Amino acid sequence: MSDAATTPDAPTAKSVARKGFWVGVATGAYGISYGALAVTAGLNVWQAVALSLLLFSGGSQFALIGVIGAGGSGASAIGTSALLGLRNGFYGLQVSRLLQETGWRKVVAAQLTIDESTAVSVTQPDRALARTGFWWTGLSVYVLWGAMSAVGAILGNAIGDPKTFGLDAAAPAAFCALVWPRLTTTRARVVAIAAGVIALLVAPHAASGIPVLVAALAAVVAGLLPDRTIASAEDI
Amino acid sequence: MDLWLTVLIASAISFATKFLGYVVPQSALDHPLTDRVMRYLPVALLSALIAVQALTTGSGDVTIDARAAGLGVAICCLFARAPFLVVVIAAAATAAVLRAFGVG
Repeated sequence: MSDAATTPDAPTAKSVARKGFWVGVATGAYGISYGALAVTAGLNVWQAVALSLLLFSGGSQFALIGVIGAGGSGASAIGTSALLGLRNGFYGLQVSRLLQETGWRKVVAAQLTIDESTAVSVTQPDRALARTGFWWTGLSVYVLWGAMSAVGAILGNAIGDPKTFGLDAAAPAAFCALVWPRLTTTRARVVAIAAGVIALLVAPHAASGIPVLVAALAAVVAGLLPDRTIASAEDI
Repeated sequence: MDLWLTVLIASAISFATKFLGYVVPQSALDHPLTDRVMRYLPVALLSALIAVQALTTGSGDVTIDARAAGLGVAICCLFARAPFLVVVIAAAATAAVLRAFGVG
């Protein structure tokens, strides 16, 4: 990443902020389908929106309403949601070092630590841009995800199946685009592919949330193996 | 269990998980090896997430459908250095068109 500043399309604060905003828009579109599914699962509009503002982690929210909608107990809904949210704790370890926030800003930053804000933040070439990326992405996703969940919950099934619009394919594509700039070294690419393969191998045999956590093994192995081409962690 | 209670407990656990990542003392992670593992962690977690979102069913079985095609198109767009929005819209449009023709 160290040569990013010399490439013609090097990110600027403005381009990073713009990317964060558009990530929010793309995620907000998915929020409509979350809201619609939440009321179908039996939550009222306020509960659907409360999850978006308080729990604020898409995967966990979909899992929670999925369990409730299938007639599962509150306890199993909470358990599944908590398991899926565990990765946010790992994101926090890395993002908190880039942000170096204190006081109430630390509390707000923690709440905004999700897949999207982490992905935009950790792929920036320096700390200032990482902060810009985190806050713009986190806040725009928070506002638009919350607002669009409300829209989806109020409209309910009137909007039809989000799959018709390919919205379920938009999320993995967006994450792929966000991780892409990070794949500049062979080892990073191997980590990405290995993690994907591990997750797919584990998925049929484990509760949702577990496959992604097990895939963290790829990062552990990559970090522990010696690599002569990496002079410092900054080169990753 | 009351639905509101479920919503609030799940939310509290979610925040606690996120906040935990912020309060782990930095010194505990300062070892160079830990540092390198931490830097690969987001790539590993996000790549795994992409695989699960695009290639598995709700019950965890691996499947190839319109989402996989969307992801394939997204990767082609990325190799062609397409901007973020183009990548996302191309993937969604691919899945939508395939489904309109009854595929996936």
